[in-house]
Amino acid sequence: MQDGDGVPRAGSIALAELAHVSSLARLGLTAPELAKLAAQLELIVAAVGKLSGADISSVEATAQVGGLRNVTRADEVEDGLTAEQALSNAPVQAAGFLRVPAIQ
Amino acid sequence: MSLLEEPIRELGRRLRDGEISALELTEEALTRIEQLDGKLGAFLRTTPESARAAAMAADQRLRQDPAGSPILCGIPVAYKDVLCTAGVETTAGSQILRGFVPPYSATVVDRLSALGVVPLGKLNCDEFAMGSSNENSAYQATVNPWDQERVAGGSSGGSAVAAAARLACVTLGSDTGGSVRLPASFSGVVGVKPTYGRVSRYGLIAFASSLDQVGPLAKTVEDAALVMTAIAGHDARDSTSVAAPVDGFLGDLRSGVRGLRLGIPREYLEVGLDAQVRAVFEESVRTLEALGATTQEITLPTTEYALSAYYVIAPAEVSSNLARMDGVRFGPGAPDATTLRQAYEEARHRGFGEEVRRRVTLGTYALSSGYYDAYYLQAQKVRTLVAQDFDRAFAEVDAIISPTAPTTAFRLGERTDDPLAMYATDILTLPANLAGISGISVPAGFAAGLPVGLQVLGPYLGEATCFRVAQSFEDAVGVWRHMPPLAVAAS
Repeated sequence: MQDGDGVPRAGSIALAELAHVSSLARLGLTAPELAKLAAQLELIVAAVGKLSGADISSVEATAQVGGLRNVTRADEVEDGLTAEQALSNAPVQAAGFLRVPAIQ
Repeated sequence: MSLLEEPIRELGRRLRDGEISALELTEEALTRIEQLDGKLGAFLRTTPESARAAAMAADQRLRQDPAGSPILCGIPVAYKDVLCTAGVETTAGSQILRGFVPPYSATVVDRLSALGVVPLGKLNCDEFAMGSSNENSAYQATVNPWDQERVAGGSSGGSAVAAAARLACVTLGSDTGGSVRLPASFSGVVGVKPTYGRVSRYGLIAFASSLDQVGPLAKTVEDAALVMTAIAGHDARDSTSVAAPVDGFLGDLRSGVRGLRLGIPREYLEVGLDAQVRAVFEESVRTLEALGATTQEITLPTTEYALSAYYVIAPAEVSSNLARMDGVRFGPGAPDATTLRQAYEEARHRGFGEEVRRRVTLGTYALSSGYYDAYYLQAQKVRTLVAQDFDRAFAEVDAIISPTAPTTAFRLGERTDDPLAMYATDILTLPANLAGISGISVPAGFAAGLPVGLQVLGPYLGEATCFRVAQSFEDAVGVWRHMPPLAVAAS
């Protein structure tokens, strides 16, 4: 939820918003599942909303630890999985391809 | 006494002297699993035929070159089901990967295989390693071997219980917020959380990529150190793996703790510690002091925010990592769906359990436009503060000690309807993941008959110090020889 200034208010999730997020994540949740999840997320989001109390004015964000940067390998062809191996777990395949229903 | 109760060093000697064979050892492990695991539920599947074949190959190697064979040759092991094993079903405890047979193995699995270990099978875990009790597995709940009404701890619960009940000599788990150390503490075994980048994540099914590390669970510190020595080290297939030398895990093991400075974080004792856990910890401190270590109070002031930061960052990474679980390339899929969107939604709805749905939703929410700065960016900055806390602490002390968890193993079902209570289980372990430092949980004693773990945290790449403190402590308290009642009754 956002207030009039577009600033998020911690600890408040509207059901419609949750339905949208769940739809983005392709979770296929039913209405009762969404309602249960909304109640739980309300509490979780309120709890993690505590983060806003931390003084982060003097620090940069950490995305990863260890400090490695731009790790690359030699630009040489290496063996990978064969097409057969790559397809070996696909639930539906046809003529050496993964098969999926059409986008509609 | 079962052969599986002996440390690897002793088994290695007996294998080399021809007193026992790897095949005998393997048969004994398989028999124990058959006798005991029906109740414990540690294994999702065993692979007896390939285990026997590996044992026979190990025996041949040991016969041909007893002195030159690796110390782990012929030793029965088992892997958490988030580690890919070529040709052996790997589900991560999820329905969405039911039937998935990886065409390749994780680097850690390959490294151990090259040394001649005997893989017995795959171990139960919370779905995609998300959980602190093992109750989130789509297949079964692993129970605590000390009290079957209680949880094993998670998410590497199967790995902890298999080690505790001596169903395998050592096991591998993965630790994203405490998933090796916590079940190790609850089940009374040693569990290692390596420095981020120390052990290859190649072939580990990703939960939260900036936090995940593979680590061993074993009955003794030395057994864990032997396995760490085998699995650690740079791997070109994991671009986050660190090219640091792997030495000192074993060399410094028995150097003692005299003169070492151990820090006790004030904040870690203010998280609602169970009184008996606190008493065991205080006794542990006295033990380490008697061994010659000096202890001092330290402060990790960001601790109060660490749990919140973790439960934003980890779900955010989950929502991204689990996008690949779409039912197209692996898993049962959704063969009856008529549109692509329907196929995704059906496969994911059928395939994901409640906790995974919760975290994917939470992560998607925290990363969505309008909330990114307030939650995700804020959490990443708090992560920096957590790391700075540890940097300051390790300028003063060599290692940090605390209880591994605020309580002993709780009852099955006690926290399943209260996600926040479940999340708080990891409060003492997850800061180490946010900072990327090393840690270990070592059995410290018992509270009302249930194991209590001592956590030893070391600096970045400081595993050798963790092992050294843990070994010295283990030698002094000797609790590792205590066997869970179930295993004693049946052996």
